[in-house]
Amino acid sequence: MGKAMSWNHKLRWFSLLSGAILALASIAFALDGQVGIHDPSTIVQSDGKFYTYGTGGSALVSDDGWTWRRGVTPGRTGLAPDVIHIGDRYYMYVAANSGVTKAAVNMIWSKTLDPNAPGYKWEEGGVVASSDGIEDANAIDPGVLLDPNDGKLWLVYGSYFGYIRLVELDPKTGQRRNPNDQPRNLAINCEAADMIFHEGWYYLLATHGSCCRGAESGYQIRMGRSRKVTGPFIDHQGIDMLQGGGKLFLGSGGRVVGAGHFGLLDLGNGVQKFSTHFEADLDRGGASVLDIRPLLWKDGWPAASENLKEGTYEIESARTGTALELAVEGMPVGGRVARGGGRGGGRGAAGGGRGAADVAPGGGGRGLFAGQGGVIPSQDAAQVSMNWPAGNIGARMGVYLLQAQQKWTIAAVPNAGGYPGSPYFKITVAGTDRALAASADSELVVVPAFTGAAEQLWRIEQLTDGTWRIMPKSVPDSKEPVALSAVGSSFATLSKFEPGSDKQRWLLKTP
Amino acid sequence: MMKFTELTLVNVLRNLGRPSRGASTLTAFLVVAFASGIVAQGPPPAAPPPVVPASTLIAPATPEKVPDAAGFIQRWLLLEPIDANGLTDSVVQAAVKKEYFPSQFTAVPHDGDKVTVGGAELTWHAVDTKNYNINLFHFARSLGKNTSNVLFWVVTVVNSPQEMHNVRLAIGSNAASVWWINGVEVAGIYGDRQTVIDDGVSKRLTLKKGQNVVRGAVVNAGGATDFCVRFLDADDKPLKGFTVSVGSVRK
Repeated sequence: MGKAMSWNHKLRWFSLLSGAILALASIAFALDGQVGIHDPSTIVQSDGKFYTYGTGGSALVSDDGWTWRRGVTPGRTGLAPDVIHIGDRYYMYVAANSGVTKAAVNMIWSKTLDPNAPGYKWEEGGVVASSDGIEDANAIDPGVLLDPNDGKLWLVYGSYFGYIRLVELDPKTGQRRNPNDQPRNLAINCEAADMIFHEGWYYLLATHGSCCRGAESGYQIRMGRSRKVTGPFIDHQGIDMLQGGGKLFLGSGGRVVGAGHFGLLDLGNGVQKFSTHFEADLDRGGASVLDIRPLLWKDGWPAASENLKEGTYEIESARTGTALELAVEGMPVGGRVARGGGRGGGRGAAGGGRGAADVAPGGGGRGLFAGQGGVIPSQDAAQVSMNWPAGNIGARMGVYLLQAQQKWTIAAVPNAGGYPGSPYFKITVAGTDRALAASADSELVVVPAFTGAAEQLWRIEQLTDGTWRIMPKSVPDSKEPVALSAVGSSFATLSKFEPGSDKQRWLLKTP
Repeated sequence: MMKFTELTLVNVLRNLGRPSRGASTLTAFLVVAFASGIVAQGPPPAAPPPVVPASTLIAPATPEKVPDAAGFIQRWLLLEPIDANGLTDSVVQAAVKKEYFPSQFTAVPHDGDKVTVGGAELTWHAVDTKNYNINLFHFARSLGKNTSNVLFWVVTVVNSPQEMHNVRLAIGSNAASVWWINGVEVAGIYGDRQTVIDDGVSKRLTLKKGQNVVRGAVVNAGGATDFCVRFLDADDKPLKGFTVSVGSVRK
């Protein structure tokens, strides 16, 4: 599916939704471009590009992690490869069955994944794990972990025929460290295992359910955790994965069915994502596709989140609790009411009116707290923007009061590129074309109209605590990446992202 | 407890409407509350409050003063209050742009200097605060001046040993305020609000080597009024390494 086709497809789908369900203001984004793949390997970066490899020699490559295209088949093909970058080598582990449960995981390596770069050559590294067709294991679906604690390299593998198993590899060669050591059993009744480490825990993520049945596939990623890489891996209910336990990480949802083959994509600075394939993307004719989504951490467990959806939001600082707004004088929703008389003192539609402490049903009544009666419509820009200055206006923050200058529409910008999982967005004052932009001094400005300039494109990514980081694609006359930052309760700026601070963490709330 | 910015007790009671059990209860509460001082920031009094010495403010005793441990500037020249009404952006902007006295936006006054505003003679007072903030309510009350519906002009001089780039002025005020550095407007916060540290923050600016004049106008509606000011460095940490002076002490 071509880039233009995929966008048209999304727009068509959005139009259909818009017409049928007016209340639905957003769509979930799938990756753009050619994303057909099954059993994708962990996404790795090489020479500035993103790569993943799937069953049968399929390969995908992307310049930005958003738009993907077909890549070059690696030197060895087979089932469900996994790739890891250690030192100056990229190790690929890929399996092949020679019988029902007779299989082997082979390793190949190259110094780059870019076929056009010097050093691109796949070297054979030999078998690192196997199953003989008799033992209770099927040596396919490799997944590798480089332990950040001690630098040891581990391989998990296996399928529904028996156990998910663990063996140690040599990080210097990528080969099996002690071939005579017996593999350790970690789990049963699953496949496509992968292991990650986070804050003292090893997490084994494996896929339950059936693959390869299109929209009938019950593929789902489940997990257990252990203090030791060798297990036991226990789920949230205390059930060992060796007894079939597993807390759900991700299954089907939205327009995609059957999630499998977890892969961690750690972008650093507190931004973690994961890759998966869905067995059937209903928007792509039920094809198996790659997806990249935010990875959160909640109560000691990884949690699958979703990429930002288009919509209108209050953009609230997690630090200050104040909301980003166009720097214009606000008008109270319903208009400015004279206290102690005027509109606020009239009788309500319900005809109550016994006083401030006795508000009649439906509002109204008389007194300080009785309101103005009836239903007060939400405030939109059309009601108040005639008072806003033309030209550039500053951006600032204030206590959120449901006012028009505090509501922002976030919409994807077609054909402007993106980043892993999402396209670039524009951020405009709801109901207007006034667009948030980075200025040359790394401050904020709201320009009268969106032009598509790079400083008006925003990278919006969820951090592992569920808040959002908002970064301009670029700042005029600057190459330093910066993020929206709440330096004061009433003022926002752009500054270098500080993972340990809350000043660049934002909540996107329904206004 | 809410701040009664533009309400008087009379208004509150009038708006309670026809007597009811609930209204009577609230009325009784408000009466008792005001009588007993429970309502901390009550309606603006009709007359200036009785003179009470400003417990948080003292006369400067040294030529220069360094900011406190958190970077707050504790030495200021304060002009006795000028009548002003309204806290919205446009009203405050109009109020602070109005010329009340000659050289209002350029002069660096001295303690004891006097200006005439609307026929009334007002005096500049040099003060040090014992706290992070300047309590303008204490200041005005100690002089028997109005504390509500007033505008305070405040000035200080920051002596920077070298040019300092990428710093920000960070202010908090009760209520609205507008700020200038060396004659350039750099920050403003509006509406009825309490003082919050680093509420309004300027864009990145440069402090020149030598004297930098920080000028502010704080507009209050009713109740308490104060402000706090510091500079932040390029990492948003409190800026230090400068001194503050307000000219010779004449009193």
